[in-house]
Amino acid sequence: MNQLKNFTKGFIKENPVFALFLGLCPTLGVTTTAINGMGMGLATTFVLLMANIVVSLIKNFIPDKVRIPSFIVIIASFVTIVELTMQAYLPDLFEALGLFIPLIVVNCVVLGRAEAFASKNNLLSSAVDGLGMGLGFTFALTLLGAVREILGSGSIFGLKFIEGDGMLIFILSPGAFIALGYLIVIINKLSKKGA
Amino acid sequence: MEYIIIIISAIFVNNIVLNKFLGICPFIGVSGKIETATGMSGAVLFVMTIATLVTYLIQNYILIPFGIGFMQTITFILVIATLVQLVEIILKKVSPSLYQALGIFLPLITTNCAVLGVAIMAGQQDLNLMESIVFAIANSIGFGLALILFSGLREHLELAEVPGPMKGVPIAFIVAGLLAMAFMGFAGIV
Repeated sequence: MNQLKNFTKGFIKENPVFALFLGLCPTLGVTTTAINGMGMGLATTFVLLMANIVVSLIKNFIPDKVRIPSFIVIIASFVTIVELTMQAYLPDLFEALGLFIPLIVVNCVVLGRAEAFASKNNLLSSAVDGLGMGLGFTFALTLLGAVREILGSGSIFGLKFIEGDGMLIFILSPGAFIALGYLIVIINKLSKKGA
Repeated sequence: MEYIIIIISAIFVNNIVLNKFLGICPFIGVSGKIETATGMSGAVLFVMTIATLVTYLIQNYILIPFGIGFMQTITFILVIATLVQLVEIILKKVSPSLYQALGIFLPLITTNCAVLGVAIMAGQQDLNLMESIVFAIANSIGFGLALILFSGLREHLELAEVPGPMKGVPIAFIVAGLLAMAFMGFAGIV
């Protein structure tokens, strides 16, 4: 399989958020600023990459019937590693992401890739797929976070470029739904899907 | 009084879907028809209450006394996954009619982050056993309320004329945003 294509498919064509609508809870929950979105995306990328690697290594030893529970244990272990590491070295980000760090465990993107891709492919393809999907997810979260931060507080990555406050609604919960809705509209329009 | 505050806060003010963004996948996925939305809400009520009860007991009688709180994520998700299977098997034997109604939604619940989220939140807020159960029931009612309201809106959207690229999920998100805006009106009553 063409590794480059395998790597880039997660960005637009099979983007977990914009095309597959997976992992929407953290997408909406943590993207109040671009930096939070990016932190969450990178944490998920790490879990996705490691889980894909381990699953593809041990796929021949796991009986088919206990496949899903085993995948969940593997994913949960890596989530715990991320959780503890972040708590120790990035306490501010850990505070901002809060509940959504342990919830990476139930992010359908991670389990979905382990089940649909890593359990059927070799080590290299699985690692590349995990990394590509993870970076696609990070891209989506950073983009949504940037849009909400620009509209909501007039800054980007914490750098303020207008005086005063922005449209507060984009920082609050309704803005998350509306901003994501319009981003998907724009992407659909650009890729001519359903147009 | 404590309980009333927990209930009103969980259903209206801090609605689990529209304010805390938990359980968005089923919120978008199964909200096409009011009937399936009702079924899903029932299944969530059932599993969330039992899961919160069991994880409360595990947290306070196993994890904390033995000082292994860092195992929380792994234990909770395994307990929930097992519980869902158990509920499915028991329901099939005990009440086939209820199983018929909820059956197809049960396996989906394992990956519903609302269940794990509520179990973790109940622990974080230092609720006691009774409060945790009330918290779980109130949150699942909040989930059901948002889901059923939204599915009613989406049934009407089916008939509306929507521009091409907005069809389906994008317009659903924008409508969900408007619904969330309506729920913001409840802010401040608790």
